[in-house]
Amino acid sequence: MNPFTSVSRFGTLISAGAALLGAVTVPALAQGWQPTKTVEFIVPAGTGGGADQMARAIQGIVAKYNLMKQPMVVINKRGGSGAEGFLDVKSSKGDPHKIIITLSNLFTTPLATGVPFNWRDLTPVKMLALDEFVLWVNADTPYKSAKDYIAAVKKAGPGKMNMGGTGSKQEDQIITAAIEKRTGVKFTYIPFKGGGTVAVQLVGKHVNSSVNNPIEAVAHWRGGKLRPLCVFDTQRIPYKEKMTSTMSWHDIPTCKETGLDVNYLMLRGIFMAGGVTPDQVSYYINLLRKVRETSEWKALMAKGAFNQTSMEGQEYADWVAKAEAEHIALMKAAGFMAGQKK
Amino acid sequence: MEALNSLLQGFSVALSFTNIALMFAGVILGVIIGVLPGLGGANGVAILLPLTFSMAQTPGGQTSAIILLSCIYWGALFGGAITSILFNIPGEPWSVATTFDGYPLAQKGRAGTALTAAFTSSFVGAAVGVIVITFLSPIVAEFALEFGPPEFFGVYLLTFCAFVGMSKEAPFKTIVAMMLGFALAAVGTDTVTGTLRLTFGTATLLTGFDFLVAVIGLFGIGEILLTLEEGLEFKGASARINVKVVFETWRELPRYWITSLRSATIGCFMGIVPGGATPASFMSYGTAMRFSKDGEKFGSGVVEGVVAPETAAHAAGTSALLPMLTLGVPGSPTAAVLLGGLLIWGLEPGPLLFVEQKNFVWGLIASMYLGNVAGLIVVLTCVPLFAAILRIPFSVIAPIIIVICAIGSYTVHNATFDIYMMVVFGIIGYLFKKVRYPLAPLVLAVVLGDRAEASFRQAMLMSHGDMSIFFSNKLVGGLTSLALILLFWPMASGAVALLRNRLRRE
Repeated sequence: MNPFTSVSRFGTLISAGAALLGAVTVPALAQGWQPTKTVEFIVPAGTGGGADQMARAIQGIVAKYNLMKQPMVVINKRGGSGAEGFLDVKSSKGDPHKIIITLSNLFTTPLATGVPFNWRDLTPVKMLALDEFVLWVNADTPYKSAKDYIAAVKKAGPGKMNMGGTGSKQEDQIITAAIEKRTGVKFTYIPFKGGGTVAVQLVGKHVNSSVNNPIEAVAHWRGGKLRPLCVFDTQRIPYKEKMTSTMSWHDIPTCKETGLDVNYLMLRGIFMAGGVTPDQVSYYINLLRKVRETSEWKALMAKGAFNQTSMEGQEYADWVAKAEAEHIALMKAAGFMAGQKK
Repeated sequence: MEALNSLLQGFSVALSFTNIALMFAGVILGVIIGVLPGLGGANGVAILLPLTFSMAQTPGGQTSAIILLSCIYWGALFGGAITSILFNIPGEPWSVATTFDGYPLAQKGRAGTALTAAFTSSFVGAAVGVIVITFLSPIVAEFALEFGPPEFFGVYLLTFCAFVGMSKEAPFKTIVAMMLGFALAAVGTDTVTGTLRLTFGTATLLTGFDFLVAVIGLFGIGEILLTLEEGLEFKGASARINVKVVFETWRELPRYWITSLRSATIGCFMGIVPGGATPASFMSYGTAMRFSKDGEKFGSGVVEGVVAPETAAHAAGTSALLPMLTLGVPGSPTAAVLLGGLLIWGLEPGPLLFVEQKNFVWGLIASMYLGNVAGLIVVLTCVPLFAAILRIPFSVIAPIIIVICAIGSYTVHNATFDIYMMVVFGIIGYLFKKVRYPLAPLVLAVVLGDRAEASFRQAMLMSHGDMSIFFSNKLVGGLTSLALILLFWPMASGAVALLRNRLRRE
């Protein structure tokens, strides 16, 4: 028996306690547990997307600042809308050398496909950020506000206007369904493989609007090709740096302000397999706290206009449970549940 | 001549000692990655991406980082041809068409010729691609915006029809093989409805059938089974190996300039659209076979049959970087990873990249010129070495190939199941060859089936089920009509010939 075990247990207890209190400072205590081999960082999505970029940025930051003694490898498991990745972590019960970054497909994939997993099979570690969604139209169109646009969609008639989005029965289509429910309009939703493609299809006028994440559409906004109408958040995006000659992220009104009462944020959080010890969880919490302190991370957040809310421990688990309930309600209302007839 | 000035500026950025060293390092790594099936260019670049993270933080480091990664990409493009020619195992989707004539050439003992032709054509294709990027980028970026779902479907339809119409096999055999490929491509997630299909409730089939596993099995294992049956040796063992073969091949190559030009044009078009290097290589092979005066001999080992797909694949692979830089839409899986890299380094691909990050963009473009020269030097000096691999006795190399194939299949999804699938595909490949069914249409359908289906259904959603959307403007109408013409070409030309004969008799 290692004589230091009790001491380090005590340290972990403190850091776990600090985590529960949502403390921001990193406790400078000895770690109770350290990875003993390569850590696999699973991305339940393809290469090049938002989750993948974030995972690879974390991997780069960890390597650059030498935050972990063992190497970290990013592995993409996108099969079955991410089910491949989640099932892999679910089946690695008790394995502390595997972490996974989640998108909303943590909820939507099992609900839409019936693949047997639930976030309760995993251990929540830390929420890193929340991803915003913005309603975009082509800059050549006359719509200056969400109100104008919704009125135009109504006038065109049901199914006449196209909403482009990433994937099927996932976040983009859920938001579209929520807009339809609120306003009574009807879009034709066209699913594409990635957010970048959606933005380009909107620039090329093949679809009428999109609900792209900021990072997916920002280049075209700055290039004068796209126009943001509103952001699906309860408050405006805080970044005030001018992105175009006249506008910053902060200048985009919330959808609620413009009379479209729809909010949606996407989780960018880390989970581990089920059955891991609190020492192991707090090791990763500490690691990710250090990552969030770096200038590179802050630059990434500003670039993607992320909502920087972060949570750990019970607070995080409660948030996830609430988000799950919201997804079930939204997806039931839209008829997206597995086996559900529309 | 602003482009020229910017380019010269770019060369001054790219021509530092570190950058040139990185170029060679990248190309060599890329060739190794391209040679190992399963570890494609996209994986290779993804693995090295974090390494470049701290590199990109230093001043000018972003350029060095992208030079390293893009040179791995060039290297992988070159490397993919090696195993296709030597062992009939395409390491990358776009090298499948290279096997059609490359492998027979190697069997005739002309592996050196085939490799030289492949590498040189790759270089020519890439060079044309870079020139297009240098001088036409603004126009070309606009053109890519014209492509919506119906247009993409038009491109895929054109590829499939060209293949059926141009194939030497009986068209129905081609169609049967292609339909089998579509069925395999349908397994997994249905991208339009988000539901799972043909997975029979198992988690192992969630990911569907990966192209690489299919190809490693169908071509690699299938070929080894055939060789086992026919006597345990490589037919190409008598290959003459010396450096002279490079110069001899070079003397022959200018003869195929029309094929090169046509292939490069197809390649650039497909890269920019972005339809990708795979359809480009198939379409280019098909058209070369139709229009060449040696068309009859295609498939039996002619140099022209190597020139066509390789030129097109590289022209496409290179020009695919243009939509990535100007629109943020990757033209290939590898470009997708490079795109992620740009974002992580704090660069923003899009219309403003050329304005705001001039040094970076032109440094990258200059490195494309230099990287391809570096690549050509590396691979050409190794031609005798690669060709010498065929001198190793079959009984030694076959087990090694099988082990590498198994590792390659496993790497794709880290799944043991894929190794069993590889064996199953190997047996299918063997049977196909025995009953003389073509494998290529099956592979083509596995690679493109998913994308073709998605664009078709997106288009149908847009038009509410009205097929006339495929003739709704000049671009898509032209693509669809061309596809139909190519599909019925053999019938039409057969009918014309028949008519002519009859007239003559009368």
